[in-house]
Amino acid sequence: MLALFEKFRKGRFSHGIHPRYHKDATRGKAIQRLAFPPRLIVPVAQHIGAPAKPVVNVGQEVLRGQIIAEADGFLSVPVHAPATGVVSSIGLMPSAAGPKVLSIVIEVYKASSQYVLYGNPVEPETLDHDELIQRVQATGMAGLGGAAFPSHVKLRIPHGKTAHTLVVNGCECEPYLTCDHRVMLEQPADLLQGIRYALHITGAKRAIVGIEDNKADAAEAIKAALKPDDPITVELVETKYPQGAEKMLLKSLLGVEVPEGGLPIDIGIVVNNVGTLAQLGKLLPKGEGLIERVVTVTGTNVAKAGNYLMPIGTPVRFILEQLGITADHEKVILGGPMMGMSLPSLDVPITKGTSGLLVFQERTFIGEQGETVFPCIKCSRCVDACPMHLNPAQMGWLAGKRHYAEMESDFHLNSCFECGCCSFVCPSNIPLVQYFRIAKAVNREQKGKA
Amino acid sequence: MSKKHIVLHTAPHVKKPQDVPTIMRHVVYALLPIVAFAVYQFGISVLVLVIVTTLACLGTERFFNWMGNKPSSLSDWSSTISGILLALTLPPGFPLWMAAVAGIAGIAIGKAVFGGIGYNVFNPALVGRAFVQAAFPVAITTWTPAFFTGRFSEFVPSSLTLPFMMPPETAEWVKQVAVDGFTGATPLSLHKFQHISTAPFDLYTGMVAGSAGETSALLILVCGMYLVIRKMMNWQIPAWIFVGVAVTSGVLYLINPEKFADPVFMLFSGGLMLGAMFMASDMVGSPLTPKGVMIYGLLIGFLTVLIRQFGSLSEGIMYAILLGNAATPLIDTWTQPRLFGARRKSA
Repeated sequence: MLALFEKFRKGRFSHGIHPRYHKDATRGKAIQRLAFPPRLIVPVAQHIGAPAKPVVNVGQEVLRGQIIAEADGFLSVPVHAPATGVVSSIGLMPSAAGPKVLSIVIEVYKASSQYVLYGNPVEPETLDHDELIQRVQATGMAGLGGAAFPSHVKLRIPHGKTAHTLVVNGCECEPYLTCDHRVMLEQPADLLQGIRYALHITGAKRAIVGIEDNKADAAEAIKAALKPDDPITVELVETKYPQGAEKMLLKSLLGVEVPEGGLPIDIGIVVNNVGTLAQLGKLLPKGEGLIERVVTVTGTNVAKAGNYLMPIGTPVRFILEQLGITADHEKVILGGPMMGMSLPSLDVPITKGTSGLLVFQERTFIGEQGETVFPCIKCSRCVDACPMHLNPAQMGWLAGKRHYAEMESDFHLNSCFECGCCSFVCPSNIPLVQYFRIAKAVNREQKGKA
Repeated sequence: MSKKHIVLHTAPHVKKPQDVPTIMRHVVYALLPIVAFAVYQFGISVLVLVIVTTLACLGTERFFNWMGNKPSSLSDWSSTISGILLALTLPPGFPLWMAAVAGIAGIAIGKAVFGGIGYNVFNPALVGRAFVQAAFPVAITTWTPAFFTGRFSEFVPSSLTLPFMMPPETAEWVKQVAVDGFTGATPLSLHKFQHISTAPFDLYTGMVAGSAGETSALLILVCGMYLVIRKMMNWQIPAWIFVGVAVTSGVLYLINPEKFADPVFMLFSGGLMLGAMFMASDMVGSPLTPKGVMIYGLLIGFLTVLIRQFGSLSEGIMYAILLGNAATPLIDTWTQPRLFGARRKSA
């Protein structure tokens, strides 16, 4: 009976939403390489943590794969030249988030073969934990799922803790995006190699790959590439947003809840994204840096929608031109539609954490109703949607009164990871998650002053 | 990319296409069959009654918009719902001028003083009804027999009472027009004051006297199901009310079947079905969490039976819902959702 109950609990977390996924336009499109742009814009801070320090000068020639900015401390990763060319400037350039950020601009040599010259091959199996962590840091890897947290920090087991399970996140729960899906289908060997390295580094005894059940073909591809002695299992989970949030995925796969304010490692689990581990499997033995990634380009009326492999630093404008997107598009989003950022400028580059580029024509795609805000009618849809089991309605009222401190002290504001489910379902069009972002920022500022 | 401008917007960039006016509009759709049945049952008096209360509610809403120098909020349909619901809870021959008073009072003191849609504590339709229950206690308990002859050509005499006048005595008229077997008394008052029970089938289908729109329990259930299926109504609220009513009246019935009505009669008589499906489930006045909804529903069910069996009124759902509305803020503070990953209190 208890076992039955456990079975029922497995594969799902409570709450969440079912948006329209719109994945059919790109899920069948094999990964293609995009042409190299004439100019790359490479920010030095593409990860969470300290920005890397530039080690090249204006006018200097750089080779594809060469380090152009060094990691600044442990909570930082280096940046490699995504293409062979010459550094034309180092300065502030537009970013997706809004403020301009320090970036290295490279004019790409047209005649170059773009062969990766740099590399420092090793056999990862022969190294110990600390050396491996250094090696991972040297690849410049940061989570390719979107948050861009440095991978070596995620893989390092803090002192006094042990990891028993590695969870590999192949959910890709954001609508429109299919790049992880394609990576799982086309590069299962690289992915499994990355999982084996991650198991070796973390000391975890087993790995579970969690994939939403709308990507069963990806699960089959990975299973087919498994070796008999791999301690790796592949499990399907319900297709529901935000299944790919690590706390939700752990609940679905293992039935465990990460304690409030804690990390998965607190309960002995390390989580990594499939795209990240597939890159790790490729780069770690060669000792190369992360210089390119797969990006899903799609939206409304995009004729050449698909999954494109492109150098880090490729400007959005170049991608749109290459794919013949010339119509009047009003909104351009980096990432998915639920958590991605709409761009203030088309001169923003693709970075390590960019999984999608979405273009939309009319503003009406937000919904047919426009954006009139009505008072909260206490319909409780946000309460029933919040995967963290917060009370968005109540926090919304408090935010309206600017009682930001109370939101944090009494209503767990800091447990909100901004998935946007509350704003998605709100029939009054109240910008709930937007309120919460502001509240968090104000609280951070207040604490900084105190 | 020749566009003159780019639209900036913070995430999420997609939205579920169901806003407040959409939900409210569908509630109106769900109420229309009930209105149609009420008109079929009681004739043009009810048709005009619905029109009068709805216009009174809309007019009051618009007046307060104008007073507060705010844009019109009529297009959110919520006052239309209040107007229709109010008419459905009134006796079919209720004087029209009193109905207008009920509509004005419901919106003015039930909704506008709190700040309009979303801010009201109580269900505006029920506030309107409670107002006239206190103001005109006789008129609101004067019932008209169902299916009386000539209902599509003439008004119930009391309907057309001049403003600020008391309605005429209708007992004589009732004797003239009543079809065999239909008296003006409602099943609940028959049971309470004369100990006469009504055939269950008549109760389910609405072949009885009562307020304009409360008589056919089955029709109300079907219309409510429409909203449940469209995910525009929380089915748990009526479900818990039914449980509360069934359990409370079941216990009483087991103690003394002579004195107290059985649970089935309790569930299908009076305004319970209409109140549970369309008024208690009003989102604004009900709690947020499933646990809170359970307490709220059970409380309303329990109070309804208590008032019906022990109070001086034959019907109790109205005050039960108003009390449930009043308790909602308290219930909400008690039943905050349990945070995902919350640490157990180390006490």
